[in-house]
Amino acid sequence: MSANYQDRDLVLPGDVLFEGRIRTGENTYRSQEQVYATRLGLVNYSPENVSVTALSAGYTPLVGDVVIGKVVDMDLGEWRIDIGAQSEAVMGIPDAVDRPFRTDYVMTRVLDIGDTMIAKIVDLDRRRTPVLSILGPGLGKLYDGFIVHITPSKIPRLIGKKGSMINMIIKETGCRVVIGQNGRVLISGPNREREAMVVKVINKIELEAHTSGLTNRTQEYLRQLKESSQ
Amino acid sequence: MSKKPTTKKTAARKPAKPRKTKVPSWKRADGRAFDELRTLKIESGVLPNADGSAYIEMGRNKILCGVFGPREMHPKHNAKPNEAVLRCRYHMAPFSVDPRRSPAPSRRDQEISMVMRSALEPAVFLERYPRASIDVYIEVLEADGGTRCASINAAAVALVDAGIPMRDLVAACAVGKIEDKLIVDLGDYEDKKGQSDMPVAYMPKLGKVTLLQMDGIMSTEETEKALNLAIEGCKKVYEIQREALKKKYGIDQPQDKPQKEFTPEETEEEPQKEEGQQ
Repeated sequence: MSANYQDRDLVLPGDVLFEGRIRTGENTYRSQEQVYATRLGLVNYSPENVSVTALSAGYTPLVGDVVIGKVVDMDLGEWRIDIGAQSEAVMGIPDAVDRPFRTDYVMTRVLDIGDTMIAKIVDLDRRRTPVLSILGPGLGKLYDGFIVHITPSKIPRLIGKKGSMINMIIKETGCRVVIGQNGRVLISGPNREREAMVVKVINKIELEAHTSGLTNRTQEYLRQLKESSQ
Repeated sequence: MSKKPTTKKTAARKPAKPRKTKVPSWKRADGRAFDELRTLKIESGVLPNADGSAYIEMGRNKILCGVFGPREMHPKHNAKPNEAVLRCRYHMAPFSVDPRRSPAPSRRDQEISMVMRSALEPAVFLERYPRASIDVYIEVLEADGGTRCASINAAAVALVDAGIPMRDLVAACAVGKIEDKLIVDLGDYEDKKGQSDMPVAYMPKLGKVTLLQMDGIMSTEETEKALNLAIEGCKKVYEIQREALKKKYGIDQPQDKPQKEFTPEETEEEPQKEEGQQ
């Protein structure tokens, strides 16, 4: 029963994190009373489990996630949408149009191939394919703005404690920022300069997600950007 | 060497001559010791459009590796319902060797692609991504012997960089025989002139061999010795893979802290060796 690392140490796949009986958390696996890491990340020890916060990982869809997706294909009665997960998501007409179902809808008037939208995962079907919906407040087709990518496991850092980081960014720049849980972030603001500022800040957070005191440093960085633009 | 003409004259000294060549440590064509690896440099995250990537320089080998996935499998009928499919594509650039090589995939390329796949598969949690594919693309920019080992080393780093769940890293290293002597990490010359060549891929933390091939002839004892030498070589490679992955995040310090408490002197001198023992 012993921990082999200190809290928040960088570990790699195959590193033995813990020897003895303990519950295995995210990005770990157990083999013969030893707990190993499966991803590159920072190790977290708590009294009842061991987990790794991945620094690089793909997106695993969960019901309830708000994601930003792009239509890549259309079938009879459904759109196939790329959300950056292991499989494409689907969305049927009843999830896209808030009217009684009719067979003569022109689907391309709602969403065409290449369109981008904010959607919500309402279900994972029997093959674990995500099912999306664009019915709801804040959801729907997108017409303008920047989309930047961030590693999905770093989203909690972008949001901050109780939204401290994201609220600070919105307040300082006056941009609208929508974070998709799949790592795509929409930025639309009053002008290009403000939007570019947010893009720079998000890229900085991506690079420094594993360091502490990030919100204060980001605020400082944003102020510097503002001063240099004026 | 200057003594040669004098020794030839006296018959009594002649039997001493073979001993003389045996006693001083034998050196290889490029001046390495028998168990010395070529200079090895790995960098991770070099391709912005790939999910994970790595660049390796192993001696004069220069290899780029890109990993994509887990993503939707195309064509869909190749997908497996219970697990992901790992697809490897090994390709040598036309200018990677002299004379120029045809860019079309050869029989050798197909073999190495397959061999890499089976060397990496045991390390990847394929069962977590049913119906998906994980694609590993290897592009050899410059070849100098042992490209399959170098490719596996790069691919393992790129897979971790892509955030694909892995049981362990995979490190690879070749052992061979030239002039009846075992040598580690063959270069192009040794590969062609040698009597035998045995590439080995190894998961260092789990202690499992994932690839074992051999060309040429070796006795049973030699094979056993060679395998142990290869595993030692793989462990050295593994340390460099670790460094490459950590370097991207610029935080090697927290890793070294607990080790420094145990052996402060050794960690300062040889930080790489220390990590392998934990």
